[in-house]
Amino acid sequence: MTVQFSDSTQTGEAWEGFRGGLWRDAVDVRDFIQANYTPYLGDDTFLAGPTPRTSAVWKKITDLFPEERRKGVLDIDAHTPATITAHGPGWIDKEQDLIVGLQTDAPLKRAIMPYGGWRMVAGALETYGYPVDPELEKVFTEYRKTHNAGVFDAYTPEIRAARKAGIVTGLPDAYGRGRIIGDYRRVALYGVDRLIAVKREEKDELNAMPAEGRSIEETIRLREELSEQIRALGELKAMAATYGHDISAPARDGREAIQWLYFAYLAAVKEQNGAAMSLGRTSTFVDVYLERDIAAGRLTESAAQELVDDFIIKLRIVRFLRTPEYDELFSGDPTWVTESIAGMGEDGRPLVTRTSFRYLQTLYNLGPAPEPNMTVFWSPSLPQGFKEFCAKVSIDTSSVQYESDELMRPRFGDDTAIACCVSAMPVGKQMQFFGARVNLAKTLLYAINGGRDEKSGAQVGPATGAVSGEVLDFDDVMRRFDQQMEWLADVYVHALNVIHYMHDRYAYERIEMALHDRDVRRTMACGIAGLSVAVDSLSAIKHASVSVVRDGTGLVTDYVVDGEYPAYGNNDDRADELAVWLVEEFMKKVRKHPTYRDAEHTQSVLTITSNVVYGKKTGNTPDGRRAGEPFSPGANPMNGRDTHGYIASALSVAKLPYDEAEDGISLTNTVTPDGLGRTREERVTNLAGVLDGYTASNGFHMNVNVLNRDTLLDAMEHPENYPQLTIRVSGYAVNFVRLTREQQLDVLNRTFHGTL
Amino acid sequence: MSVHAVSRVPRTPVPQTLAATVTQRPVSGSVHSWDLSTGVDGPGTRFVTFLSGCPLNCLYCHNPDTKKMRNGTRTSADDVVAEATKYTTFIRASGGGATVSGGEPLLQPVFTGELLHRFKHELGLHTALDTSGFLGPRATDALLADTDLVLLDIKSWDRDLYRRLTGRPLQPTLDFARRLADLGQDVWVRFVLVPGLTDAEENVAGVAAFAASLGNVSRVDVLPFHKLGASKYEALGERFELADTPSPTPEQVAAARAIFATEGLNAV
Repeated sequence: MTVQFSDSTQTGEAWEGFRGGLWRDAVDVRDFIQANYTPYLGDDTFLAGPTPRTSAVWKKITDLFPEERRKGVLDIDAHTPATITAHGPGWIDKEQDLIVGLQTDAPLKRAIMPYGGWRMVAGALETYGYPVDPELEKVFTEYRKTHNAGVFDAYTPEIRAARKAGIVTGLPDAYGRGRIIGDYRRVALYGVDRLIAVKREEKDELNAMPAEGRSIEETIRLREELSEQIRALGELKAMAATYGHDISAPARDGREAIQWLYFAYLAAVKEQNGAAMSLGRTSTFVDVYLERDIAAGRLTESAAQELVDDFIIKLRIVRFLRTPEYDELFSGDPTWVTESIAGMGEDGRPLVTRTSFRYLQTLYNLGPAPEPNMTVFWSPSLPQGFKEFCAKVSIDTSSVQYESDELMRPRFGDDTAIACCVSAMPVGKQMQFFGARVNLAKTLLYAINGGRDEKSGAQVGPATGAVSGEVLDFDDVMRRFDQQMEWLADVYVHALNVIHYMHDRYAYERIEMALHDRDVRRTMACGIAGLSVAVDSLSAIKHASVSVVRDGTGLVTDYVVDGEYPAYGNNDDRADELAVWLVEEFMKKVRKHPTYRDAEHTQSVLTITSNVVYGKKTGNTPDGRRAGEPFSPGANPMNGRDTHGYIASALSVAKLPYDEAEDGISLTNTVTPDGLGRTREERVTNLAGVLDGYTASNGFHMNVNVLNRDTLLDAMEHPENYPQLTIRVSGYAVNFVRLTREQQLDVLNRTFHGTL
Repeated sequence: MSVHAVSRVPRTPVPQTLAATVTQRPVSGSVHSWDLSTGVDGPGTRFVTFLSGCPLNCLYCHNPDTKKMRNGTRTSADDVVAEATKYTTFIRASGGGATVSGGEPLLQPVFTGELLHRFKHELGLHTALDTSGFLGPRATDALLADTDLVLLDIKSWDRDLYRRLTGRPLQPTLDFARRLADLGQDVWVRFVLVPGLTDAEENVAGVAAFAASLGNVSRVDVLPFHKLGASKYEALGERFELADTPSPTPEQVAAARAIFATEGLNAV
C-alpha cells in the first residue's frame, strides 16, 4: 500500500543516511531494520555505567517503592476513567527526564480503566481505601456497558459452573485480555500522520468493496475498528503534544526514536489494563538511530546508554490497578512489559546489536528488576560475546528468560516478539486472544469421579458415573479422562469465544491495533495447567497400583499408591510419553471447536504463579500429591521427583511438541552458583553451554535463576534488605519480596537444583 | 511449609531406567545412580555415572551410600550407554562430556574401562575418571588411553593423616599420579579442605609441591568441606564423624588456593 507523505522535508531529514527502499513505500519496519542494522559481534567491554543523572532519577523512584509495597498501591486517581488523553502530563523530574511521559500525572499513581469491567475497578478502590465515585458507577453500570458485563450476559450456566469450580480459571473476563503487541516502532519510523493516512487508505479499500463483501458483519466491524484506530492515533498525537512533542512526522534522532516509540507504548498502557502489555522487539530498531547519532558525533556511548536507561526506568514503573484476587493468581504486580532481544536473522546475520547489550546493561545500571521482562531469543549461532554477556547477567541478576529462536524463526520469521511470557507473534502482523488455562489435573479427578468435583461434590462435568472397584485401571481411567477432556475443551473454547467477542465490542485495543496491519492473523491461545500432576498420576495408575479412598457419598477423595512409578522429569520415556500424549490430545480436542473470528487454535503450558492457586483448588491426586499442595509451575516436573538433575528434567520438558503448544512451553530452573561451576568464567561459559544444549535439544523456554537458598531465606526474614531481589517464575520475573509468603515458600521448595 | 506428597517416589537417586535391564550383557557393574551435572565433575555439563563400592572409608565422604558395592544395582554397560545416549545432543552443544565416578570406579576396572571406551568412541564424548588413585594399578593403559581427564583426589600429604582420613595408605595414589605424569595424562587434582584436619599449611604445601612436580596437572580444585551428605549418614544409620566440623571460611579456602598458586598451579 503506497501513501505519499506530504511533509517530505522532515521525512528527508529523519531518514537521512538510511538505506533500502521497500520500507519507504509501505509500512515495513522489518525491512527497515534488515537494510540498516549493524550486527555487533564483540563483547561487553564497550558498555557505559549509569550517569549521576540516571542514578538520581532512579533513586527518586526507588524511594517510593517501600511505601508502595506497604500500601499495595502508592496512589490512585479514582475519578478519571483512563483514555489516551485523560490525564495531564506527569514527570519523575521535569528538569531531568530525558524520555518523558507517565500513565497519569504522577509516577506510580494508578488509573482506573473501567471498560474492562466496573467490578474490578470498584473492588480495587474499596480494597485500597479510595472512594468509589457514584457518578462513575452510574455511568459504567447504567449507561456504558463494560466487557465484564457483556461476558456475563452471554455466559452459559455450564461455563459459570466450570469457572466456579476452578477447572477453567484465570479467564480475562473481568479485566483487559492484553497479550497484544502494537508495533510501537512504526510511530518512530513513520510519524503518526503517515500511519493515519495508511489506515485511511485501508478503510477506503473496504468502502470500495463489492456489495456482497461490504455490508457483512465482518467488514462492518472492521470499518468501525479502523475508525477507532484512526481516532486513537489522533489522540496519541494530542497526548504527545501535552509533553511538547509533535510526533506527526518521523523521529529525527535516537532520542526522538525512543521517545516516539515510548509515546506509542504509553498510549497503550494509558488505556488498556491488559493481562500482559508487552513492548515487542525494539532494541535493534533503536540501535539504528543510536549508531547513526554516534557515527555523526552527536552522541557518546554514555549518552546513548543514558537514553536507554531512562527509557527502561519508564517501563519499570508501568502500573495497573488490580484486585487482591488477581494478585493471588499473578503476584508481584506484573505488567509483562516483555522486550524480545537478539535472535538470528533469516539471512544468517545475528540480530544482536550494541543496543541489545545496552538494554541488558540496565540491569546493572539500575539494578535487577522484573520489568521490563527481558527475553533473549537464543540460538547456538549467536555471537559468543553476547552469549557470555547474557549468561553473566543471568548469574548476577536472575532477570532474564530465554526462548528458542530456532523454534520460532522458522514458524514466525525474524521480526517476532514474545507477548507476556512465552507467546510468539510477528510484530504488527499477529495478535492473540488470550485464553488463560484449564486445570488438567482436576480434569483427571473428574474422570475418576464421573464429572463430580472432588472438593464440593457438585456435578460439574458430564455425569459419566464414577469408577467402580478399589484399584484404578489405566485403560478405564483413560477412557473416562477422554470424555471429560472432550467436554472441557468444548466449554473452554465456548467461554473464550464469548470473552473475545465482548472484548472487541466493549474494550477494543484501539491504539495497539492501529499499530498492526489491517488483516492480522489471530490465534485463540488456550492453555493447560497441572500437566506434571496429571502425567505422574497416569504413570502411577499405569506402572504402580493406585487404590481409591471414598467418602460417605461415594466420592473418591484420596488415593493409596503402592509401588514405584516412573515420574515425569527424568528423561524417561515411560513417563514423558504420557506428557507428550496429553499435550497432543488436549490440543486435538480444542481444535474441534470453531473460534471467534476464525482464530487459529493454539495452547500454552504455562502457569505463571497461578500454580499455587490451582493446587489449592485441587484435591488429592493419584500421584500421591496432597490436596492443596501447589502444582509445579508451567511445564516443570513436580518438585523432588526429578532425581537426575535439572538437565534430565529439562529434557523431559523439551520432548513436549512445540507444534502442539505453539503458544509456548514454560520451564523454570533455579540453580545455585556452585551448580554451574567453580569460577565465575566457568559459570558463564557453562550457563551459555546449557542454553545451547537445551536449544539444540528442541527446548523452547527457560527461566534461569542463579541463587542461593540462603539468600531467599534471608530475604523472607528481612525483605527491607532486598528491595530489588528478582527471581524468574514461569515466564516472568517478580520482586521476591512482593510475593505472598505462600508463593515464597513454593519457590523455595521447588526446583532448587543445587549439587553436592 | 508445604507438605510433600506421601508418594512412593524415591527421594534418593535411583537408576530408574537402568533398572529396566532386559538382557544381561557380559560387561556389567554395580551402579549407584547417574546424574547430569554442570561444572562439578569435570569441564562443562556431564553425564556422571556413580559406581558403587569404595575401598576407602573417608571421614568426610559425602556419598556414604556409594561405599558398598552390594548396595548398587547390577547394570549392563549397554544400559548405561543407552542412558547417556539421550544426552549426547545436549552435551555436544553445551560442551562437557561423561564422567565415571563413585564410589571408586577402579574397584570395577573392567566395567569402568568399558564405559570410558564406549563414551569416548561410540558417543564421541570427552571422558573423565574421578578416582582416589588408591587402586591405580588396576587401571590398564588401555583404560587410561580412553580417559581424556583424570580427576585425582589427593586427600592429604601427611601420610598418617591420610591413613586416619581414609583408612588406607597414601603411596598408591602418589604412584598412580607419577604414572599419569609419565603418560602425559591431563589431570585435575582435587583436594578437600577440612578445617582442623587437612588445612595445615605444611599439609597443603606438600600436596601442592608434589602436584607441581608432576607437570601434567592443569588445574587444582580446592573443595571446601561441606555437610550436605549428613542426611545420607542418618538414612544409613551410620555416624557422621565430622558432624561438628565447620565448613572452611572463604578466607581459609583462599589461603589454600594461594599455596597451590605459589607452586604455579591453576587453583580454583
